[in-house]
Amino acid sequence: MSAASETALTAAPAVDSPARRAFKRLIRRKGAVVGGIVVILFVAIALLAPWIAPFDPAATDWSAVRKAPSARHWFGTDEIGRDVLARVIWGARASLMAGVISVAIAMAIGLPIGLLAGYRGGFLDGLLMRMTDAMLACPFLILAIALAAFLGPSLTNAMIAIGISATPIFIRLSRGQVQAVKVEDFVEAARAVGNPHWRIALSHVLPNVVPPLMVQATLTTAAAIIAEASLSFLGLGQQPPAPSWGSMLNVAKNFLGQAPWMAVWPGLAIFLVVLSFNLLGDGLRDALDPRHRD
Amino acid sequence: MTAPLLEARGLVKHFPVRRGLFGRVSGQVRAVDEIDFTLAKGETLALVGESGCGKSTTGRLVLRLIEPTAGEVRFEGQAVFDLSDGQVRALRRKMQIVFQDPYASLNPRMTVGEILSEPLALHDLAPAAERPARVERLLREVGLAPDHARRYPHEFSGGQRQRIGIARALAVEPALIVCDEPVSALDVSIQAQVLNLLKALQGRFGLAYVFIAHDLAVVRHVADRVAVMYLGKIVEQAPTKALFAAPRHPYTRALLSAIPVPSPKARRNRVILEGDVPSPIDPPPGCRFHTRCAYAVPRCKTEAPALVERAGHAVACHRADELPAESPVPRAERGPGAERLARLQAAFSQGRE
Repeated sequence: MSAASETALTAAPAVDSPARRAFKRLIRRKGAVVGGIVVILFVAIALLAPWIAPFDPAATDWSAVRKAPSARHWFGTDEIGRDVLARVIWGARASLMAGVISVAIAMAIGLPIGLLAGYRGGFLDGLLMRMTDAMLACPFLILAIALAAFLGPSLTNAMIAIGISATPIFIRLSRGQVQAVKVEDFVEAARAVGNPHWRIALSHVLPNVVPPLMVQATLTTAAAIIAEASLSFLGLGQQPPAPSWGSMLNVAKNFLGQAPWMAVWPGLAIFLVVLSFNLLGDGLRDALDPRHRD
Repeated sequence: MTAPLLEARGLVKHFPVRRGLFGRVSGQVRAVDEIDFTLAKGETLALVGESGCGKSTTGRLVLRLIEPTAGEVRFEGQAVFDLSDGQVRALRRKMQIVFQDPYASLNPRMTVGEILSEPLALHDLAPAAERPARVERLLREVGLAPDHARRYPHEFSGGQRQRIGIARALAVEPALIVCDEPVSALDVSIQAQVLNLLKALQGRFGLAYVFIAHDLAVVRHVADRVAVMYLGKIVEQAPTKALFAAPRHPYTRALLSAIPVPSPKARRNRVILEGDVPSPIDPPPGCRFHTRCAYAVPRCKTEAPALVERAGHAVACHRADELPAESPVPRAERGPGAERLARLQAAFSQGRE
């Protein structure tokens, strides 16, 4: 083979970036696509809540207390006559916000710490890792409940508590990924070319640790939604009368025999959203797997 | 003779071996132990030896990609190890490296254009507007097409990726490139192309190479001088021709006799080494090769031989002068690797640009 024939390959018209290839693999996975669509649907519902909710979620109606699902109230009404459908729609806001914002908090704290610990190594790494170990020793939900109880009951505090509880996972994961990436030849090459350390860390190491963090973020979002529901169920999250799926379940548990629809719909919503996030996360994990070469 | 471009004196690198909970240092891996060499402008020095002998470590020390334990490297008269971090980064403009594994040495998330413009930006070699043109020129220089700049590394073959790696090293117009086994990960047919390219670039830009390799057929063709390393020490150093014609160290003889002969009828006296390379954590006292040397005498076990130079041919062996002159090393031209070498040479002369 001559030099000419090896290089004669002409460029394909479209640039196939790693992200684009991963997306192509992702949309070949049925589970991930279904999960993604349901997630998008719920995001749309949450965003459009004021326009699509049939009633005011806080409006009581004493003539329609604990009514079974009907043409007027599709999902039925609760113990003080509020429309369950409207509350499920508005509750999507609390749940998705809790999921996304708490994960954003966890990422914002965890990624820089993990990057620093993994890249610098040495004593600093040891110190940060022992602190992370201490946090990981407490179960996620227990830690979130303790923090939320300490901060005081409100949706914002619940999100902060969940975010902090989820942080150690992100520290650990990003540190491990950084350690794996920083010994790669291309990082040494970046140094040999004359990059300062901060540039190596930010423009060579960081982009290569993002994919597994995205997978973790998706899966943690599902866990955070459950945590928010749990906190709200315990009265530590969304405060009445504002709706959240967790607090709806909390009230509904008293009427399980007489008005099961009060529990079924928010429960189903939690189930669907969490399942979808997990499906999406699994799909992402497969699609972003570096072992895939196609 | 003018001052050398690169000069290493008493270069030492020990890696601490840490054990246990508190990382207590329990030993030292003597990767590189007191080695000296020089390199003139436009010259190629090959570092040869088996895995773990410290040749790659030496290459990285020269560039100060790792910090030395002791010793000195002078590049254009500047003591490399005395420079500050910022000064070392500036020095990267003149010294570059090409890696062994072209699949690992390119950032998978950067386009070829980004990879090649980065050094231009870092060293202020071209304003942003001129960089695409410079990248295009670099790609042409290494035999790739300008439109390859928009693509990602995964879209290229091993040989093409190595060309990109070479282009990255060339971007800063260096005086020295450390080639760390640049062709050993490539197919034989591609090796000749890449070697050819390296030679052509050397002619065009007056580059000096520290060429790290274990393939002696390759070394014989590209190197002006060869330094043979064993367990962190240089055991023999000589001009390529002299070394292949009359190797003086028993280890070099064994290495050369290991080159396969592509002829079923070839007869030769193989020097078969017994045993494994001793651990560099606790290298044997005296001459490090004495555990496997057929000529070892009691003195070799206690006294480390110095590298003694005579007529440009340096060897570190107490018995270098006593060894049988009729060496077991095969005849130069018809011997091992000759056929392969002939093929390589044919490819070189054909492919000349």
